[in-house]
Amino acid sequence: MIPNQKQSPYYTDEHEAFRATVRRFVEREVEPYVAEWDEAEEFPREMYKKASELGLLQLGYPEEYGGIACDRFYGIILSQELARAGCGGLSASLMSHTIGTPHLSMFGSDELKARVLPPVLAGEKIAALAVTEPSGGSDVAALKTTARRDGDDYVVNGQKMFITSGFRADFYTVAVRTGGPGLGGISLLLIERDRPGFDRTKLKKMGWWASDTAALYFDDVRVPTANLIGEENQGFKAIMHNFNYERLGMAASALGYAQTCLDEASAYGRERHTFGKPLIENQVIRHKLVDMAMRINSGVAYLEDLTWRDMQGERIVADVCMLKVHATSTMEFCANEAMQILGGAGYMRGGKVERIYRETKVMAIGGGSAEIMKDLAARQMGL
Amino acid sequence: MKVLVAVKRVVDYNVKIRVKADQTGVDLNNVKMSMNPFDEIGVEEALRMKEAGSVEEIVAVSIGVQQCQETIRTALAMGADRGILVKTEQELEPLHVAKIMAALIAEEQPDVVILGKQAIDDDCNQTGQMLAALMDWPQGTFASKIELADGKANVTREVDGGLQTLTLDLPMVVTTDLRLNEPRYASLPNIMKAKKKPIDEKTPEELGVDTAPRLTTLKVEDPPARQAGVKVEDVADLVDKLRNEAGVI
Ligand SMILES: Cc1cc2nc3c(=O)[nH]c(=O)nc-3n(C[C@H](O)[C@H](O)[C@H](O)COP(=O)(O)OP(=O)(O)OC[C@H]3O[C@@H](n4cnc5c(N)ncnc54)[C@H](O)[C@@H]3O)c2cc1C
Repeated sequence: MIPNQKQSPYYTDEHEAFRATVRRFVEREVEPYVAEWDEAEEFPREMYKKASELGLLQLGYPEEYGGIACDRFYGIILSQELARAGCGGLSASLMSHTIGTPHLSMFGSDELKARVLPPVLAGEKIAALAVTEPSGGSDVAALKTTARRDGDDYVVNGQKMFITSGFRADFYTVAVRTGGPGLGGISLLLIERDRPGFDRTKLKKMGWWASDTAALYFDDVRVPTANLIGEENQGFKAIMHNFNYERLGMAASALGYAQTCLDEASAYGRERHTFGKPLIENQVIRHKLVDMAMRINSGVAYLEDLTWRDMQGERIVADVCMLKVHATSTMEFCANEAMQILGGAGYMRGGKVERIYRETKVMAIGGGSAEIMKDLAARQMGL
Repeated sequence: MKVLVAVKRVVDYNVKIRVKADQTGVDLNNVKMSMNPFDEIGVEEALRMKEAGSVEEIVAVSIGVQQCQETIRTALAMGADRGILVKTEQELEPLHVAKIMAALIAEEQPDVVILGKQAIDDDCNQTGQMLAALMDWPQGTFASKIELADGKANVTREVDGGLQTLTLDLPMVVTTDLRLNEPRYASLPNIMKAKKKPIDEKTPEELGVDTAPRLTTLKVEDPPARQAGVKVEDVADLVDKLRNEAGVI
């Protein structure tokens, strides 16, 4: 079970009250509709507003801009509870501001923060992060989109690829090259959707259908220098800093989806009879369920431990990389086993396990692929 | 105006109930507990009265073990102003609860007292009626609509024949039915605010209520398992079975 009445040093009564709120929100406002939204490749924009009314979009942002001061365990709870609907496309786009705005919130000017954060946190505007390019996502330091200084403007040229909420976002935090080659020449620019010369096309994909993933095109797009986030040519550090939290968040979600697979498979195993007895009474099926639980529980323990250590100020980069791989491969494992247990019924379109199965790879590739994560961990560990 | 809302801590509606092996009651070990759903509706109704401007203060009351405080916190997180926990380890019967509520009413002087029509654990459906009788106040039970105006209330009740609307003088006791409203969820800012709202603690003794049991539970058993159905050949067969085996026509 997802930690519920579990004794824990990390969760207070307020955390549990928050969990109850999100669970109900998901049961009432999300679960009944996700299959429909996934097929429609879109969900209603008002979901952002509804989420904001409950405080789901504001976790950890400064109160002066409409945020709610709270620890990162609230974020874990939110990821886990959203995962119960088994629709990664919804979670990814509904929460795209959690990758799109942290840089601005930490390093941006007061003017930028006051302009962007309140409407985004209120669910009125959508924010996205654009780092990956057609020529590559893993090697961030090699990105090619340029921003050339011209008076009080930057002139942006280039393309971005696979951008979550990329089609209907209002604000984009875009990684651009303002200096020489390599990681020392990268800056972050806030670009609004309606700037002339900025175009987008929506992409068809294997999973995450409810999310509007897009390719972005910048053709001589003029952006005021006031839209620079942090200092010029200091963008790489900001990107990497927030990658830690994006990866912790993805790990929490991946473990949540894995748990949903386990829940679905155990429920089905009890209900389904073959050869005159419930499926779950076969040792081979029970072992599958235990194999799933074993991986999930160790992942959740690692996640909670890392979250706590980060709160103590420890540098957790290597562990975050390893956790992301552990969590996303756990999700792959559990989706695979759950699908097997559900048999033909699991393969039919529109069920949670079927959706999650199609969403395993984006979790193992996006936000830093497994190979890149292991490489980074190895370097951090001095191997 | 002031509203007193009763909120009971019960086994969560999602939990599959297990009877204890010794048949003395329901197993509550490691079971998720929540606010009685009818009481959530009560809190929601009080909040709507406050939002409409007819009520200034909402006091949430829970009676039972220390953990009932969590149930009160839930009400505070939804928006109630303060709480009263009447603490007792004793298992309570509807009459005890009604007497404790009556004692609190004497202290708090509310204009409206809202209770659930029943709690989903023992489904007694008695407390509101007993309380109204003890207070000699008007009662509107099974309410599906409440309108406050000019010191009176129009309460629409769900009765067997349909809907009945009563006009009650305040102060009054109402009990909520399912269709009265759809309760809100507590938002995170309100959950945080609820931490700072006051909860008073009292005991039945302080309120002068004797909670000695008046009922004895002999045995708690699972309901009989449902029998498998049978397939009938045709309509004639069905009619025959209904008439001669089931004896219902
Ligand atoms: C649905 C979806 C949504 C996304 N949303 C966003 C978004 O919002 N914003 C954003 O910026 N990006 C987004 N991405 C992009 C994602 O972050 C990248 O896909 C990811 O970083 C990998 O980059 P790539 O696809 O260019 O693969 P590449 O970098 O080309 O890598 C291809 C493969 O080679 C492996 N590889 C690469 N280099 C090495 C090496 N040195 N050693 C060993 N193996 C290596 C990789 O692990 C991978 O398996 C999204 C992607 C998807 C699919």
